[in-house]
Amino acid sequence: MAATVKYDEVETGQEIPAVEYRVRRVDLVRYAGASGDFNPIHWNERHAKAVGLPDVIAHGMYTMAQGGRFVTDWAGDPGAVVEYGVRFSSMVVVPDDDNGATITISGVIEEKREDKRVVVALTAKSGDSRVLSKARAVVQLS
Amino acid sequence: MPLNRDFVGRTYTSSAPYEVSRVKISEFATAIGDSNPIYHDRQAAVAAGHPDVIAPPTFPIVFSLLGTGDALADPELGLNFAMVVHGEQRFEYERPIHAGDELVCASTITEIRSVGRNEFLTLRSDISTTSGELVCRTYNIIVERGGAA
Repeated sequence: MAATVKYDEVETGQEIPAVEYRVRRVDLVRYAGASGDFNPIHWNERHAKAVGLPDVIAHGMYTMAQGGRFVTDWAGDPGAVVEYGVRFSSMVVVPDDDNGATITISGVIEEKREDKRVVVALTAKSGDSRVLSKARAVVQLS
Repeated sequence: MPLNRDFVGRTYTSSAPYEVSRVKISEFATAIGDSNPIYHDRQAAVAAGHPDVIAPPTFPIVFSLLGTGDALADPELGLNFAMVVHGEQRFEYERPIHAGDELVCASTITEIRSVGRNEFLTLRSDISTTSGELVCRTYNIIVERGGAA
């Protein structure tokens, strides 16, 4: 399979429009089960506060996975991602209500490389915080 | 308490291969909210040129640290799990992981350093098929808050 985005049709500096991803407590419970990461800071408010956190926080890998969705949905091919890395710069605090938290992800084409590959720089915010930094994906375009 | 630097350079290998299944890929994709048929429907994946359903980019986190659990829990290392948060994560893919892959994982503690009051531990995991084909390499930095204080 190949990406639906064509290398020749993207420019350095081109922006990929923001997408909002909702994260509620139930999403963290489901992610804990699927990933095997049952650290109680991701589902137990009492425990989270006891270790000095403001409340339950999302798994960093849950936020990273939303960035992955953002990139693969844009590229049109989940197999087109050849490299993906992030730094977890701030916590996504998830309150115990029906709305949870929102992670807003946007991107920009930072660099065009050889072999029809591009570097996508991601910005991920929750509230006023940048929750990912150094977030980059290298994507194989058509 | 500072982490024991003697652990730098040690490599841990998973005791048994991890068998990637369609059901697990679909479960993981559902948990991250991704309904892309390439993750859920074998026919859609085959039609797109893959041998079977493929895994989302962050899927290797499910099994890449299985071999290191005992090492990170070793009292000699001195890691206080209650204070651990995830610092950085990076994946380099040779090809997409797909259902039917049998993968072995060798994880090496490549660095331990102090940053301010925190301890940073870097793990590199080489993920290969049982026949030796490198599929993915992951880099994981975990942070022990207050560990260096």
